[in-house]
This record gives sequence, structure tokens and C-alpha cells, in this order.
Amino acid sequence: MSERERWRRETYESFTRGAPERPVPFESLSGLPVEPLYTPENLREWSHDEKLGYPGEYPFTRGVYPTMYRGRVWTMRMFAGFGRPEDTNARFKYLLAQGQTGLSTAFDMPALMGYDADHPRARGEVGREGVSISTLDDFERLFDGIPLGDVTTSMTINCTASIALAMYLAVAEKQGVAWSRLGGTMQNDMLKEFIAQKEWICPPEPAVRIVTDMIEFTSTQVPRFNPVSISGYHIREAGSTAVQELAFTLADGLAYVEAALARGLDVDSFAPRLSFFFDIHNDFFEEIAKLRAARRVWARFMKERYGAKKPESMRLRTHTQTAGVSATAQQPLNNIARVAIQALAAVLGGAQSLHTNSYDETWALPTEEAVTVALRTQQILAEETGVALTVDPLGGSYFLETLTDQMEGATLEYIRKIDAMGGMIRAIDAGYPQKEIADAAYRYQLMDDRGEKVVVGVNKYVMTETRPIAYLRIDEAVELEQIDRVRRFKASRDIAKVERRLKQLADACREARNVMPILIEAVKDYASLGEISDVYRQVFGLYREPIIF
Amino acid sequence: MTADRTVRVVVAKPGLDGHDRGAKIVARSLRDAGFEVIYTGLHQTPEQIVATAVQEDADAIGLSVLSGAHNYLFTRVLELLREKDAADIVVFGGGIIPPEDVTALKAMGVKEIFTPGASTQEIVRFVREHIRAAA
Repeated sequence: MSERERWRRETYESFTRGAPERPVPFESLSGLPVEPLYTPENLREWSHDEKLGYPGEYPFTRGVYPTMYRGRVWTMRMFAGFGRPEDTNARFKYLLAQGQTGLSTAFDMPALMGYDADHPRARGEVGREGVSISTLDDFERLFDGIPLGDVTTSMTINCTASIALAMYLAVAEKQGVAWSRLGGTMQNDMLKEFIAQKEWICPPEPAVRIVTDMIEFTSTQVPRFNPVSISGYHIREAGSTAVQELAFTLADGLAYVEAALARGLDVDSFAPRLSFFFDIHNDFFEEIAKLRAARRVWARFMKERYGAKKPESMRLRTHTQTAGVSATAQQPLNNIARVAIQALAAVLGGAQSLHTNSYDETWALPTEEAVTVALRTQQILAEETGVALTVDPLGGSYFLETLTDQMEGATLEYIRKIDAMGGMIRAIDAGYPQKEIADAAYRYQLMDDRGEKVVVGVNKYVMTETRPIAYLRIDEAVELEQIDRVRRFKASRDIAKVERRLKQLADACREARNVMPILIEAVKDYASLGEISDVYRQVFGLYREPIIF
Repeated sequence: MTADRTVRVVVAKPGLDGHDRGAKIVARSLRDAGFEVIYTGLHQTPEQIVATAVQEDADAIGLSVLSGAHNYLFTRVLELLREKDAADIVVFGGGIIPPEDVTALKAMGVKEIFTPGASTQEIVRFVREHIRAAA
């Protein structure tokens, strides 16, 4: 009998006969069982060198850099965007003045779906959920006075990401900043759009082809730029478990690698610039284990399946964001506590950058005050708590290492299934990840409704009256003003030039030439986001999703 | 009004917003509670939603909006229902909608608005209590 077994029988069981454990399910949010105690016996087959290794070295479980936050703390990157470009520009400047170290741009729904502000489908949505962008004129206002050579910018945009990248490069050119100096990230992860976030123009194959164009183009022209941020965030927010988030995200990543290899690119020429984005939810240890498992699984695939040689190709660098879906409208100040704990998990998981949600986001876009609290939460973590003093401080924890192995195992099982279906594009066509997520979301909601998962302030510790909070209002006039400006601006263009560019773009799309060079010329001649998206619609056709609920 | 047939609800995602976790959960909860549910899928215009509701002879429309465009989209659906002489179709909904807007939308004729944290039981109870199948 092992010592652990002896303890279980002699001490634990005799104790719980008199004092039973709480009648709650002892399992993680993903449903993995959690034992009362973890000891070296859980790690009997486990090898330090094989499973952990050292930070900055394969398989990168403990972190992608040798010094981690001792060298530089994570990038504090608050997602911001609303109203007209100048409104967001002011918020950017405010955040930089408050000590934020990178920008992150939220676009409005029309920009995300390929419509100009003056399109009928944009009505009611202009500048609501993010900044309104139709032409390069808007982009110039958005980044006015922000030195693009010094600040890195992340842009959450997908089916129109190629257009945003073209506009960003054009603005850099106008600022006199060489593309080789530009750092930043386009989200540009179309596969997870079909799986979860649901912003699209054309079907998966042409969508992935444009993503591949961007990977190819930036690998030589904008070498410090991350052309895609392979995102689990939206998968999780759509209701998946942590295991599904990890598995589908890595499977998406593998699909992009395959697409780039099929283009004839060398794996080490583009893999170092692939980046990731994960959600950080409430289950503290599971989230930390998820990031550690993500690094190990990715490193193994890159080395073993794709024969990457450069360590940089095997490194999974990730942005993180606290879980919007965990925030509650009831007792909104409680969200500050949730965000702080989730942010701590992101840091202990070794994230490269972090966005902390604001407590008021279940009501509206955040106020300046709420954003400041969220940013200060990160600064407190980095500078007051001591968690950034050593690399992977939880490494070697019997519990955490067991959990990391379990996450890895469950992920590999999903990836095997997806491989067997012929890869992620086929799996999406079959509705597989969509269905898995819808089922998990429904199960979670039912547990929540039955009170099996406690949500403080919602199904337990409920208060009838809570103090209202201030929230951000976006005046209706903003929309009308922006529409009017876009109309006038579009009327002032040399329309023959615009049309010539759009025709050249359509040809490049049809002839399978890389779209980026012509896109850059097109936006410089002020072809609009909506007009360019129309070309995509005409050439590639519209995507229609299978309806699964 | 007699409940000859099952209450029929159109669950719809108006506008460009793709956040469909809530809409799908609501659609499934209502279906599991015994209602007839038609889920429109994403990116519907108010015109498309009203046309579906009229065509399907729906008793209610549940709108889910998380993009902040609720004022425009809910109002437009109400307007179109009146134009089509279908104002008896009950409109309810949910999303990221601040309290002030909830009050205003209800004053305009939206029957109920559910915000983050609402349970599926609450929503099912609402439909059971407030929506009757047209004879």
C-alpha cells in the first residue's frame, strides 16, 4: 500500500466519516475530477526534463523566455474602440498616458463585417461596439499622433483584416516609419470565426487563403508583425470548456501551418510570428494548466509533425483576456474581484500580454474610470504582489502538473478526432466544433440555472436592489456625423482610380496572386473597406452557416 | 384566445453582431420547454426577421443584441410589425442593454428585456405567462 493510500484510509476516510466533505461536485469547470490531495504519486510516471524542461527551452512548458517577467513584465494591452476615429484616438492617448504599454483596437460591427459606415446594413451599429472605419482617411485619424514605430498595435479584426493591415501599413508609410520597424498583431483568425465569433464574408477556403496571403506577405515585408492571433477567446466565450478552447485553438493553428506549408513556405520562415490568444476564466488552476499545456502541445507539434528547426517556431506566445462571459450584470463591482483573480491566473500561466475587462462591460462599453481600475489591477499584480519575481512559480505543484497533463491528454484526443475528419476546415463544414460548443454552453447554463455552479450575486447571495453604476453612452449623433463624413469623403475621391484598383484586386483574387500588394495600393487610393469587401463577396461568394442549436 | 396549438417563437439575431451563445441557449431552452422555436441564424435585417415571423405565424419574437445597436434594431422591428399589421406578435429580447435603454424600449412596446445573468427558467416562465398562441 502506498503512503497516499495509507493516508486515505487511516486519516482521511476516518475523518470524513465524522465530518463529511461539502456536498458539491469536486470537479473543474471543464468537468475534470479534482482529488482531495495530490502527492508525488500522481507524478510517478512524470519526468521533469521531458514534461517541464527549462524556461526558454523546448517544450516551453514553464515559459517561452528564459527570464519571463524578470526581464520585462507582460504587455498591458487594453482593448479600446468606440465612436469616431478621433474618439478612439483620444482613448488610446489616455491609456498610453496611464502607463499602458501597447494598443489594442476594437472595430465596430460594420468594419468587422465589411460594410462602410454609410451602408444600410450599418444602421444603428456605427461606432457602437468599436471604432468606425471606412477608408484610409479614418485610419489616419485613428492613429494620428501615435508613433507607430514605438508602440505595438493589436487589431481585433478578421474577415476584413487584410484591409486593416493594408491601411496600417499605409499610415506607417505616411508617418515615415519603415515597415520593418512595425510591431503588432492582426487577429485574423478566420477559422475561429466560423466556429465561434461568427464574423465572416466568404467561405472557409478562400478565407484561409487570404490569411495565408497575409502570413506570406508579412514574413518578408513586415517581419516583426504577427499576421494572425490564433484565438481561443471567442470559442470559450461562445460557451466551450477550457479543454475545447485549447483543443480547437491548437487545431486551428495546425490548419494555418498546413495552409502555409501548402503554399510552399518554409515552416521556420513564418511559424515564429504565429501568435495566440486565450480566455482566462474563473477556474484558477485549470486556466494556468491550460496555458502551460498549450505551450507544450504546440512545441511538440511544431517540432515533431512539421520539423521546425528554430526554437522560435516552437514557442507559443499568447495574449490573454479575462472572461467577459464570467462577468455579471448583477452587483457589477464583484466583477473587479473576478477580473483580478483571472488576471493572476494569466500571469501565473505565463502570458505575454493581458487585457483585463472592466467591471461595467455587462452594461455597455467601459467608462474611462472602469478601464482605469482594470489597468491598475494589472499594475498592482506586476508591481506590488511579487508574482513576477520568479519564472513559473507554480511549476512542480503536484496538482498543477497533473492538471496540465490531463489538459494535454484531452486536447490531443480532440485533435486526433479532428485529424480523422480531415482537418479543421472539414470539421467546421461538418459543424463539429460548433455543435460541441453549443452543447457545452447549454450544459453550463443549466448547471448555472440549477445552482450547481455558484455565480455569486446571481444564483447565490442575491441582492434585490443594487446601486446603479455609471456607464458609457454613445450619442446617436456620432453615427450620423460619421456617416455624413464618409459620404462626403467618398464623393471627393478620384473614382476612376478607385475602380481600377478594385478591378486589379478582383484579378488578384481570381488568379490566386497574393492580395496584399494591390490592397495597399487600393487603400492608398482610398478604396473603402466596404468596396474591397464587395470584391471579396463577388469573387468568393458569401458564407452561409449551418444552423445548429 | 385559446391555446389550440403550441406557442411559436422566432428567436432572432438582428444586425451584424455574431454573439450567439445567448440566442442559441434561449432557443434550446424554449424548445426543451415545449414551445415551437424557429431560430433565424445570424446577421438578419429587421425586415427579414419580421418577414419570418409573419410567414411562420409566430406568436412572439425574441431578439438578441450584444452589439449596442439595440435601440435602432428593436425599434425598427416594432415599426415593421405595425406596418405589416402584425403588432400582436410579442417582442422580447436580451443582450448587453443598459437599464435606461431597457426602460425606454419597454415604453415603446418591447414586452421584456433580459440582461446577462438571467436564467433560462426566468425566460421560459416569461414566455409561458405572457405569450399565448393566436387562435
